[in-house]
Amino acid sequence: MASLIETRGVTKVYHMGDVAVQALRGVDLVVEDGEFVALMGASGSGKSTLMNVLGCLDEATSGEYHLGGVNVHELTGDEFAEIRNQKIGFVFQGFNLLARTTALDNVELPLFYDRSARIEDPRAAAIEALERVGLGDRVEHEPSELSGGEQQRVAIARALVNRPSIILADEPTGNLDSHTSLDVMSLFQELNAQGITILVVTHEHDLARYTSRTVTLRDGVVVEDRVNESRRNAAKDAKDVPEIGDPASVGGFPGS
Amino acid sequence: MKVRNLVRIAFKSLTKNRMRSLLTSLGVIIGVGAVIVMVGIGSGAQADVEAQIRSLGANLIVIFPMHRRVGGVSQGAGSRNMLTLADATKLKEQALLVTAVSPLVRSGGQIIGGVGNWNTSVEGVDPSYIDIRSWPLATGEFFGDREVRAKSKVAVLGQTVLENLFPDSDPIGETIRIRNTPFRVIGTLTEKGQTSWGHDQDDVILAPSTTVFYRLAGGRYISRIYASASSPEESAAAQEELTLLLREAHRLHPGEEDDFRVRNQAEIMETASETSRVMTLLLGSVAGVSLIVGGIGIMNIMLVSVTERTREIGIRLAVGARSKDVLRQFLTEAVVLSLVGGIIGIILAFVVSSLLSKYAGMTTLIDPLVIAIAFGFSGAVGVFFGYYPARKAARLNPIDALRHE
Repeated sequence: MASLIETRGVTKVYHMGDVAVQALRGVDLVVEDGEFVALMGASGSGKSTLMNVLGCLDEATSGEYHLGGVNVHELTGDEFAEIRNQKIGFVFQGFNLLARTTALDNVELPLFYDRSARIEDPRAAAIEALERVGLGDRVEHEPSELSGGEQQRVAIARALVNRPSIILADEPTGNLDSHTSLDVMSLFQELNAQGITILVVTHEHDLARYTSRTVTLRDGVVVEDRVNESRRNAAKDAKDVPEIGDPASVGGFPGS
Repeated sequence: MKVRNLVRIAFKSLTKNRMRSLLTSLGVIIGVGAVIVMVGIGSGAQADVEAQIRSLGANLIVIFPMHRRVGGVSQGAGSRNMLTLADATKLKEQALLVTAVSPLVRSGGQIIGGVGNWNTSVEGVDPSYIDIRSWPLATGEFFGDREVRAKSKVAVLGQTVLENLFPDSDPIGETIRIRNTPFRVIGTLTEKGQTSWGHDQDDVILAPSTTVFYRLAGGRYISRIYASASSPEESAAAQEELTLLLREAHRLHPGEEDDFRVRNQAEIMETASETSRVMTLLLGSVAGVSLIVGGIGIMNIMLVSVTERTREIGIRLAVGARSKDVLRQFLTEAVVLSLVGGIIGIILAFVVSSLLSKYAGMTTLIDPLVIAIAFGFSGAVGVFFGYYPARKAARLNPIDALRHE
């Protein structure tokens, strides 16, 4: 059986004026179904670029990329859009929700562009996704009426709603406090336990400990790829971290 | 995506910025409204003019005096009034293709009688005049050939004169003084209304042509000759005949220009409606320009909107929108803006035209075809001016769009 994600020698070169920036210099990566992978690296290591390539937002300059057995390199713009719509769910650092639009409408958005009609009732599917992330009582709220953690959970619900093969999260906790970060990680752990493949881009080692595997990039190549033996439970740790507003909230992650 | 979904999304995002959407549409609202109202006013005026000219009389032929060339120098219209009572008499006796001929001798002055005095024009005509003009009497009687021969001092009053001199009493049998000459009122005319150029046709007193000619006007010439062709088909032939007879009367040699002008009703109508057709076209085009300006307003706001919503576009692309989906979305927004503007504009046009006819007394004719064209044009404006911003949105790269602040 083919792996979910399989890249061979993926490179990416950006041209900024006359200068060519080599963001990826031959990435080989295999992600199997059901994994929870942390993609680590300092800024400039190429992790965001790799995520854009994996998420079909950007095209690799060279190399091969198979997603669910499909050679992505051979696809056209519209087929790229279709893969993003059908197989991938994105979660961003800045949440990227539509302003002045209810949580429900935000979550339903991917289904607007779904031409496969595999989901019969988009509205019900959106409500179900919101319930899955624990926001069943917030469906009619707009982003401005939600906390950062809640907004990110809406974004996760939006990523879930089209039943993707993989959720790609780019620094999903970058704008959140420690407690809320753990909430989000525990939600990811929960979803992963339900069989959803998740790839999280982060530069925080503490967060990587909640995943099952850590891939480290440096200067556009994979320098380390190891399985996390002592995987921590984010839900349990969250209990030890005070919520924001509590004077003790400056403490950071437990065990760090 | 289905069209219904597209329209729904367009409405959603437009209602997020109600004020802006309304102001953007305002250009199209005014444009469409102006086109319909302006063309409505133009066609209303055209219809008015035609109705009024038709009301001048059946198969009417009017002979005007014309400028005369003296040694190749034009003397200006009416500079020498060359029509005489004898001309009218000759036409009456010799023309075969007309049923009636009447001279018109114009005089005027201060009229005293009834409750006060009034200044108006006194027109000397023959008994057939009211038939030629299709102008029935309201009360009393008109004078006959006997009064014309006798230069009788009898008068028939127009409605405006009647209202000013005899507001509440019956004028028949009363005496009025026209420039100190007493006249007996024998009848009143029905209301004829204004001409298209605003002249009140009812502000007139009719008297026998000879009476006015000899007792009031004191000149050698008359103003006009009115005639009635025996049928509309004979109109052109009658015109020809009258021209020949008058040339003979004026002893014009072949090659010499006419010193009069013979016009029939159809020609008068054609000239007048040509004028108002040009006016309609002009008004419509000016209004059409404002519709295009409205379209530019839409383009402007859509461009701002695309820049402002770059992030939104990035999000949509990330969750699977194809670039043609984005193109369609923004195009739909532009078209919805302009079509909604068009609908409001049509409603506005109806309101304005009914106000105009109610309070300004203007006739406005709203042609369904004009509505259809204006509405269709507003849609086309939306597509035309919405396409460029929409294409700009559709060409955005998802990563750049998502990073946009």
